[in-house]
Amino acid sequence: MGITQILFWFLSALALFSAVMVIASRNPVYSVLWLIVVFFAISGHYLLLNAQFLAIVNIIVYAGAIMVLFLFVIMLMNLHKSSEPKRNKWLNIAGVLAGGCLLLVLVAALKSAETKSSMAVMGTGDIGLIENLGKALFTDYVIPFEISSVLFLSAMVGAVVLGKKESSFRSEKESA
Amino acid sequence: MQNVLQIVWLIPFLPLIGFLINGLFRKQLSKSLIAIIACTTVLASFVLSIWVFLQVKGGNSHVAEYFNLISAGSLKVPFAFQIDALSSLFLLIITGIGFIIHVYSTSYMKEETREHYGRYFSYLNLFVFSMLLLVMGANYVIMYLGWEGVALCSYLLIGYWFKNTEFSKAANKAFIMNRIGDLAFLLALFWIFSKTGSLNFDVVFSKGPLLDSSDITIITLLLFFGATAKSAQIPLYTWLPDAMAGPTPVSALIHAATMVNAGIYMITRSEALYSLAPVTQNVVAITGLATAILAATIALKQNDIKKVLAYSTVSQLGYIFLALGLGAYTAGIFHVMTHAFFKALLFLAAGSVIHAMGGEQDIRKMGGLKGKLKITYITFVVGCLAISGIPPFSGFFSKDAILLSAFEHNKVLYVLALFGALLTAYYMFRLLFLTFNGSFRGTQEQKDHLHEGPATMTLSLIVLAILSFAGGFIGIPEVFATGGDKLSEFLSPVVPVFREGAVSHSTEIILMVLTAVLVIVVIVMAWLRFRKYQQVEEKGIGKFLENKWYVDELYDNVIVNPLSRFGDFLKNVFDRSVVDGLVNGVGRLVNYGSRQIRLLQSGQVTGYVLLMVLSMLLIFVVQFFLRK
Amino acid sequence: MPVNYYIFLSLALFAIGIVGVLVRRNAIVFFMCIEIMLNAVNLLLVAFSKMHHANQAAGLANVGIDGQLFVFFIMVVAAAEVSVGLAIIVMLFRNVHSVNVNFLNRLKH
Repeated sequence: MGITQILFWFLSALALFSAVMVIASRNPVYSVLWLIVVFFAISGHYLLLNAQFLAIVNIIVYAGAIMVLFLFVIMLMNLHKSSEPKRNKWLNIAGVLAGGCLLLVLVAALKSAETKSSMAVMGTGDIGLIENLGKALFTDYVIPFEISSVLFLSAMVGAVVLGKKESSFRSEKESA
Repeated sequence: MQNVLQIVWLIPFLPLIGFLINGLFRKQLSKSLIAIIACTTVLASFVLSIWVFLQVKGGNSHVAEYFNLISAGSLKVPFAFQIDALSSLFLLIITGIGFIIHVYSTSYMKEETREHYGRYFSYLNLFVFSMLLLVMGANYVIMYLGWEGVALCSYLLIGYWFKNTEFSKAANKAFIMNRIGDLAFLLALFWIFSKTGSLNFDVVFSKGPLLDSSDITIITLLLFFGATAKSAQIPLYTWLPDAMAGPTPVSALIHAATMVNAGIYMITRSEALYSLAPVTQNVVAITGLATAILAATIALKQNDIKKVLAYSTVSQLGYIFLALGLGAYTAGIFHVMTHAFFKALLFLAAGSVIHAMGGEQDIRKMGGLKGKLKITYITFVVGCLAISGIPPFSGFFSKDAILLSAFEHNKVLYVLALFGALLTAYYMFRLLFLTFNGSFRGTQEQKDHLHEGPATMTLSLIVLAILSFAGGFIGIPEVFATGGDKLSEFLSPVVPVFREGAVSHSTEIILMVLTAVLVIVVIVMAWLRFRKYQQVEEKGIGKFLENKWYVDELYDNVIVNPLSRFGDFLKNVFDRSVVDGLVNGVGRLVNYGSRQIRLLQSGQVTGYVLLMVLSMLLIFVVQFFLRK
Repeated sequence: MPVNYYIFLSLALFAIGIVGVLVRRNAIVFFMCIEIMLNAVNLLLVAFSKMHHANQAAGLANVGIDGQLFVFFIMVVAAAEVSVGLAIIVMLFRNVHSVNVNFLNRLKH
């Protein structure tokens, strides 16, 4: 078992464990921290698959920006263990069962898929390099790329509008 | 003959116009105008009828076809009128008696308000129209139209004073009983059509001999059952006495002179079928005789002047059916005619009495009226003599013809029929003596009020009295004058003449004398018994008769009450629990279901996600595992 | 590594994300679970892209690059979604003083 395999198993175990910890933690702050671990583990997978660009972007965008945003919001609202909403035990059991069943069904379905012999090439291949991706992105995918910038703009505007203190809306609602 | 056709449709059409005018404008027209319109239209029809009568006298017969009433597949029903001796005779009776009764009504009903006055006369006109349609129709469908129209008018007129619940109930009873008969008639029509493919008289009668005897028997029995309702025979006669709820002229018109003859006319018209069904003929004869005697016994003990006359009508109709059953159609028609005269007379005279008594109908509270109501008394006596069969009044000839045919047919029938005739004489003279003889038993107020009716009433009575006296002379038996039986001769193109001469003339005379003597004896008995009124409590058989053999109660208990209990069951149990339960159940189910489904739309995001996951699960399971 | 391993890893992560969505009420954790699911899909996309690249390497240098670009776009959309979503959560908190997603049903009123 080479170093790649060892890393694969390690990172997979880390990702799964951290993901479980994300949903198991009472405190949302811990959840966020565990989620960052998940992202790092997945970035590690990307690196193993020689997709350096995505690995870096994943860390910068997700683990960096988005997670900071999460933490920021959590702290803004001063959420902690005691503010965690109460749960319904039976609904939880039902949720776990439903998720488990889904997993079971999908695994059972894909177990016999014709990908058994296929290998995901590790360590080699240069499609994941910035150079190649950049070329493809700015030639074949230039329109989606530009549209995504518009999407960002609208998301930004939307976030600002939503987050603004809407005095008119609130007073209206309170009077109603 | 051709010109007859051109105007013959006017005969029923004129009363229809009268009906429309009086019915639609009854609020605008004045009473005298209403009366004039109503009487004139019927009078015009009467004049036309006389004219038609003269046209067909030589044995002419014609079918006047106007347009296709129904044309559907093989069923073609033309709107056509049958003009022959039989229908023209009935036309005369209907329009003639109808006219007299219209005139009589103008005074009898004059205390009604204008609106109701118009209503009354429009109904009368409609009735005459329906009856004319019935008689003139050249096929069973037209006849059926008239048949139903007559039932409707009788309902309307019996329930004329509709604010009185009892009267409305009597109207309902008449209508429902008639419906029972109508159903049988309708079934007969279906049967006829399915067997012969037509409903026109000429086709049906010409194909009659080709049919199975069982078919003929069933058809004729169904027709006869239909006739029992209209002509008040056992078992559907009970509506007629109750129909006395209507105004008295209506009783005279409908329940004595015309409507009840519908069944008789129908059977006579279908004579070609009946002569092929001996079984039915026996049924008709026996039913007729049984009705005659049953009704006569009931009439013996009735105290309502109109009820007595009603039962006597039923009884006389029984005689006519006896004649029809024996094949003596001419005798039957003869009696129809004379009966129309004297029964209309008796009813109108009774109406005059009731009018004078201020609405009192109980003969126990009358008596001694002959001083005050001279004309009424005399005409009533004429009517009684005629109905009892005293020679030479009209009833004598017609009843004698029936008795004679019964004698030729079967001696037992003759004896029973004679017994019935004697009963007739007895109850009629009981009625006469109780009403007009003895001392007055009403209140002082009524006594002061007693007066003869106006001229229109008395004139009507006099005309009818003359007809009742002389009406018999058109059918004088062979034994008195050769060729004296004008009626048979007149009708011979349509109905077969009863086999004359089967009984020797001497026997015939002996029988006539015997009948006359017995009737006179009975009248004397009645005189001795009822000359002075005695209050007696009826008991035993008298009570049984006074209560009309408890037939009404029997019908109530056997048919009406179970039906109404069944209706109650349907209404209270079946409808409430089953039908309502079903309807409300569907509503409740939808309500319940939507309430349950509403819970899914909780707004709880978790719930939605759970459902989404479960659906995904389902889709995957179906997609991956079940589809293979 | 056989691509099957990546498939099962992704499925496992995805299922964990779903279970998280089902059992947690906290809107923020809700979003985190969604991120987990998105990442599971991303991982799978990258694995498939490498698989295709290996299978069809003959002469075609860029086979499989689409998969990685899709991951890129998914990240873009996820970032936008998170920014708007967190804004919504802040609003929800401001209005009902809770981050329980089931309070979103108060939108009905």
